[in-house]
Amino acid sequence: MAWFQKTKKTLESKKKSELPDGLWMKCENCGEIIFRKELIKNHHICQTCRFHFRISSRDYIELLVDEGSFREFNAELISADPLKFKDTKKYTDRVQAAVKKTGINDAVRTGFGTMDERKIVLGVMDFDFFGGSVGSVVGEKITRAVFKAIEGKYPLILVSASGGMRMQEGMYSLLQMAKTTCALAELSVAGLPYISVLTHPTTGGTTASFSMQGDVIIAEPGALIGFAGPRVIKQTIGQDLPPGFQRSEFLLQHGFIDMIEDRSRLKKTLSTIISHLCD
Amino acid sequence: MPERIALEFERPIIDLEKKIAEMRALSGSSQIELDDEIFRLEKKANKLRKDVYSSLTRWQKTQLARHPDRPYTLDYVKRIFDQFVELHGDRAFADDPAIVTGLGKIDETSVIVIGHQKGRGTKDNLYRNFGMPNPEGYRKAKRIMALAEKFNRPIIAFIDTPGAYPGLGAEERGQAEAIATNLMVMAKLPVPYIAVVIGEGGSGGALAISVADRIYMLENSIYSVITPEGCASILYRDASHAPKAAEAMKITAKDLAGLKLIDGLIDEPLGGAHRDPDFVAGKIKEMLLSALDELKSVPVDELIAKRHQRYFDVGVWSEVKK
Repeated sequence: MAWFQKTKKTLESKKKSELPDGLWMKCENCGEIIFRKELIKNHHICQTCRFHFRISSRDYIELLVDEGSFREFNAELISADPLKFKDTKKYTDRVQAAVKKTGINDAVRTGFGTMDERKIVLGVMDFDFFGGSVGSVVGEKITRAVFKAIEGKYPLILVSASGGMRMQEGMYSLLQMAKTTCALAELSVAGLPYISVLTHPTTGGTTASFSMQGDVIIAEPGALIGFAGPRVIKQTIGQDLPPGFQRSEFLLQHGFIDMIEDRSRLKKTLSTIISHLCD
Repeated sequence: MPERIALEFERPIIDLEKKIAEMRALSGSSQIELDDEIFRLEKKANKLRKDVYSSLTRWQKTQLARHPDRPYTLDYVKRIFDQFVELHGDRAFADDPAIVTGLGKIDETSVIVIGHQKGRGTKDNLYRNFGMPNPEGYRKAKRIMALAEKFNRPIIAFIDTPGAYPGLGAEERGQAEAIATNLMVMAKLPVPYIAVVIGEGGSGGALAISVADRIYMLENSIYSVITPEGCASILYRDASHAPKAAEAMKITAKDLAGLKLIDGLIDEPLGGAHRDPDFVAGKIKEMLLSALDELKSVPVDELIAKRHQRYFDVGVWSEVKK
């Protein structure tokens, strides 16, 4: 007994000194142990099963625009709690916690950037901020991003990752679906392309508005995309959902997205599509 | 008098009304003098009605908005429009009875009507899917919107749904796409669009036919981003906290008028629209006629620009100092 404990202790301490915390991680899909540096190099894709780990808005910006070209706008916008909403916690406290956790002020970042030297407007949602939920700030930032695209005659790319509309702002949130739609209607009339990229997960009012309004809609492999969440559907129908239900591949099969693209080729594909649609 | 379905908080009122009705019957059929007593009870009932119905909580209003006796879209359609012709089908997959569409005349103006339709009683409700549309319902509405555009007819929409149906088939056939596309169609529609929330405005499923130039709500109707039960089950992990969620989300007509998110409130009789559907239909008609009159002379470009601006103005935020 005694010698076993001792050996274990030695092993553990040795491991710690050589491998700082979090250097290795496990793929949540296939269970493969992955070297973190390797994962980052591979756009956070598991090389064994091609599972796409969720990445931050910062990572997407790095991935999609030419190095150093991103100029963020409206980053200072933050929720003002119009309903003085409180459940078990105050909404304002929840917002503060999300700001602290992510270092951004709401669930989308928007800005100018170049993609293979072509100027674009890019908006990227961040699921780590309040589940990527859409309230006044996200709606306003997307609307302003659309206006910037119209003003400069730039193509627009929005990367979605969202659980839907944010309950804590009530009807203000729901109406952001109409607000962003009206902005995109003006973009559409102006003849400018809007490419929507759907990442894991995109559900609720987000899917039922701007995410599904792209001229071209691209999804990452295996992403959960739908209107109602799987738990709600399961409750409604009282049986388990078929495997692959509401995943990117399911949407492609049913005709609701144009393609599924691997993250490592996403920039190239977006760039090619835009070059076909713009002069 | 038909048996009224009583909500818990109106039980004393309904009981009293029943008693008065019985006494009236008795007083009519016999020679017993009950007038004084009836008068006294009427007075008491009036006071009780005023007390209860003028201080309803948001949850009680939610219950009234869902009252099984509440008039539904077709109840108003037959009272407001002449020569109504219902049109069916999305021309792609099916006809969804949870949404009704058709042609009608309001006074002399030909209009297009779109509305959610709930059922009365179990059988009818199953047929109407409790007013929860599938994608084909929204696609039927989209087809009718195209008809309105072609023939330059204003659209009147009645909103009354718990939400878009969260089912397997609905997802397979693209519930999200159907709603998203309708929003875009309405954002570009070159005809006046007036929406009236008559019961439940259930989230995206309600918005899918209500991106409008004017939005009115009946006094005891609600419009919300998620059902109070849904909100409670996420925030409190327990749907029975729905009354708290209803308070926090501010979902009543009065709330939304106060936040300037809707254009006006339509009065209901004490106790709710089902107590006098003719009266409420009359009020809705008045509101519709005045809105149509305001909107008919607005040039198309201005109409669409103003519609967009109304939504661009929605939102409250502040700025972090750099």
